[in-house]
Amino acid sequence: MIRKLLLAAMLALAPLPALAVNPDEVLDDPVLEERARNLSVNLRCMVCQNQSIDDSNAELARDLRVLVRERLQNGDTDEEVIDYVVSRYGEFVLLKPRFSVRTLLLWTAPAVLLLGGALVLVLIARGRLQARTPAPLTAEEQARLDELVGKR
Amino acid sequence: MIIEVGHYALVLALATALVVSIVPVIGARRNDAAMMALAPVGSIVMFLLVLFSFSALTWAYVVSDFSLKNVWENSHSMMPAVYKFSGVWGNHEGSMMLWLLILVFFSALVAFFGRNLPDTLRANVLAAQAWITTAFTLFILLTSNPFLRLNPAPAEGQDLNPILQDPGLAVHPPLLYLGYVGFSVCFSFAVAALMEGRIDAAWARWVRPWTLAAWTFLTAGIAMGSYWAYYELGWGGWWFWDPVENASFMPWLAGTALLHSALVMEKREALKIWTVLLAIMTFSLSLLGTFLVRSGVLTSVHAFATDPTRGIFILAILMLFIGGAFALFAWRAPMLKAGGLFAPISREGSLVLNNLILTVATATILIGTLYPLVLETLTGEKISVGAPFFNMTFGLLMIPLLIAVPFGPMLAWKRGDLLGAMQRLYGAAGLALVAGLVLYYIENGGPVMAVFGLVIAFWGMFGALADLWYRANFGKLPVGVAWRRLTGLPRSAFGTALAHFGLGVTVLGIIMVTTYETETVVEMKQGMTVEAGGYSLVFDGMREAVGPNFTEERGHFTISQGGVVVADTWSSKRLYTARRMPTTEAGIVTFGFSQLYVSLGDPIAGGGMVVRIWWKPFILCIWGGSLIMMVGGFVSLSDRRLRVGAPRRKARPARLAMEAAE
Repeated sequence: MIRKLLLAAMLALAPLPALAVNPDEVLDDPVLEERARNLSVNLRCMVCQNQSIDDSNAELARDLRVLVRERLQNGDTDEEVIDYVVSRYGEFVLLKPRFSVRTLLLWTAPAVLLLGGALVLVLIARGRLQARTPAPLTAEEQARLDELVGKR
Repeated sequence: MIIEVGHYALVLALATALVVSIVPVIGARRNDAAMMALAPVGSIVMFLLVLFSFSALTWAYVVSDFSLKNVWENSHSMMPAVYKFSGVWGNHEGSMMLWLLILVFFSALVAFFGRNLPDTLRANVLAAQAWITTAFTLFILLTSNPFLRLNPAPAEGQDLNPILQDPGLAVHPPLLYLGYVGFSVCFSFAVAALMEGRIDAAWARWVRPWTLAAWTFLTAGIAMGSYWAYYELGWGGWWFWDPVENASFMPWLAGTALLHSALVMEKREALKIWTVLLAIMTFSLSLLGTFLVRSGVLTSVHAFATDPTRGIFILAILMLFIGGAFALFAWRAPMLKAGGLFAPISREGSLVLNNLILTVATATILIGTLYPLVLETLTGEKISVGAPFFNMTFGLLMIPLLIAVPFGPMLAWKRGDLLGAMQRLYGAAGLALVAGLVLYYIENGGPVMAVFGLVIAFWGMFGALADLWYRANFGKLPVGVAWRRLTGLPRSAFGTALAHFGLGVTVLGIIMVTTYETETVVEMKQGMTVEAGGYSLVFDGMREAVGPNFTEERGHFTISQGGVVVADTWSSKRLYTARRMPTTEAGIVTFGFSQLYVSLGDPIAGGGMVVRIWWKPFILCIWGGSLIMMVGGFVSLSDRRLRVGAPRRKARPARLAMEAAE
């Protein structure tokens, strides 16, 4: 957290700490603006440490916010905007990486671990149950038992 | 002179740590009482030496001795006294000193309170602690020495980073480290148990208070840090899924799992191997966190490559301890006997579920945090894994856990009755549904998912209360009798209920803020009014002010509701003179659990300011809930079972026999 604060402090060095969206950027159409905000949250400020362009006050973040709004005003769908931004800045700009071969492990890990863990637990539980039920008597043991019972 | 003595004390501490690392282990093998007795004495000596060394550094800060490079870089003669103190750990070298101090503090506590431990176990635990101490003392002396002098001494310091000039710095790192480093004790206990190849319920009983204490401090530390970031950074965020935050959150999650599995081990002797593994993993994650934060590897892989001494050193420590512990585990764990059996539907079973989900959540965060790093190193491709990813994956994982929490305490050990537990939780579920719907209605609707979230939050709270209700047997017994039963419950029962209740409160805060938060960004001129969260804010204008080491422009806002003035606040922008660094000091007004958060932006042409106003409904529940969890931890820690502690050594066989009979 300290580090976070430190970084925020260092990054804020250049301009005065103005924050995120400025009134002059806001679109008149509230629906479009809402879409722009939702997109901004998922786009990374390229010069910042783990900040979305929605949170950042850096020049570059501002440019990107304006760019997103311009595309939206030109009638792009959300996907088209994202595609365009990615084509310009690369996958790095997405805070939630797309599902691909490279991010396969990342995206499947939670489900695989959960299912794998559950499977292991089930196997252990079954193993224990089996260990608890005694093995059936061998023929010899049965004979011996019969003998004992018969004697009595 | 004091500085040099302090420096020397640190070197002596290293020498002591080396002795304690080796001699007691040999003593434990040979059953030599004198050699083993060295461990507690040596640990206390180590603590005193490091304490002296740390005090010497603090002294240099308090008297502003700028001939010390570390002081010159991070202090200023005009700085308020409290920040001269806390500034000691507001930098890399000093924070490592604090880390070390807390580590040896825990060793000394084990030495002091561990008199009832078996001699060999105590010797091995303290030796393992000393190994960690040795590694980190070496790290400080070789790569991060705060005792280096400057010649000639500068006349004035470069000031502490303004964002750190806050009471938060005085509280957050010590709490966080008490948690982080506290898990070292669990780690050492696990290593010692593996070395002896013997582990039993008594072991779990000794480990549990340490886990509980560390967990409680870590909870407090994380919550404190979150609140600090919230009010200091000026955009009202309270959790960023920043790698540094993740680094402290992962040990917390693993520690929470450990807390629960140690419970199973203590009561039922089951999950032994898993508990040992968790103890190792929890501290390994603490170490990993230290590496991530301290090596600079997160800022950029390249920054790490240009000055890798510190990073490589911690990486070596990391591999040595994690690798060593896991190797020891792989070698010795099969020798540990598995303990009690239980049906899947039972208290044990629910705690296993808790462990499964918490472990997977920890792994998810770990993978998410390291993935970009590994991918870039391997392929050179850069991707980002940020808040949206973690919110989604972690959020999904938490849903089943939160639903399951109230069931756990309702199930009996060994074989539980799920149907019976459900019947007893009908009331809690009904109340949660009503409360969720009422709150949803009051807030004028919103996404339907919000109802679901709110109901889960209330379910957690009411479920915790239901646990106490049925333990005291209210409803079946006369109220007076039930009340007496309630007050007679062991404190750990209250600890559990409080912690689970607090969890519900935190979830409530999170759901409310994410769903109903409003943000208003406006250009305000003097006298203008803006509506937010049902309140009207009037901007009364700007004023300039001068602090001890900063100048500020502050804006005044009057807040009224229905024409009646209810509060006012200042929101300011500061410029710290020594570093020419600006910060924002948001104006925060609290209404019940909710807050108005006012932050100043840039001045606009023709007078006036850009102002950002957030309405943060129920935001205080986020930290309030953590506070309740923390209180739960302390209440549980004061339980007679733990207070009396592990039984005296002589009385032990009898006690164990009693437990077996229970």
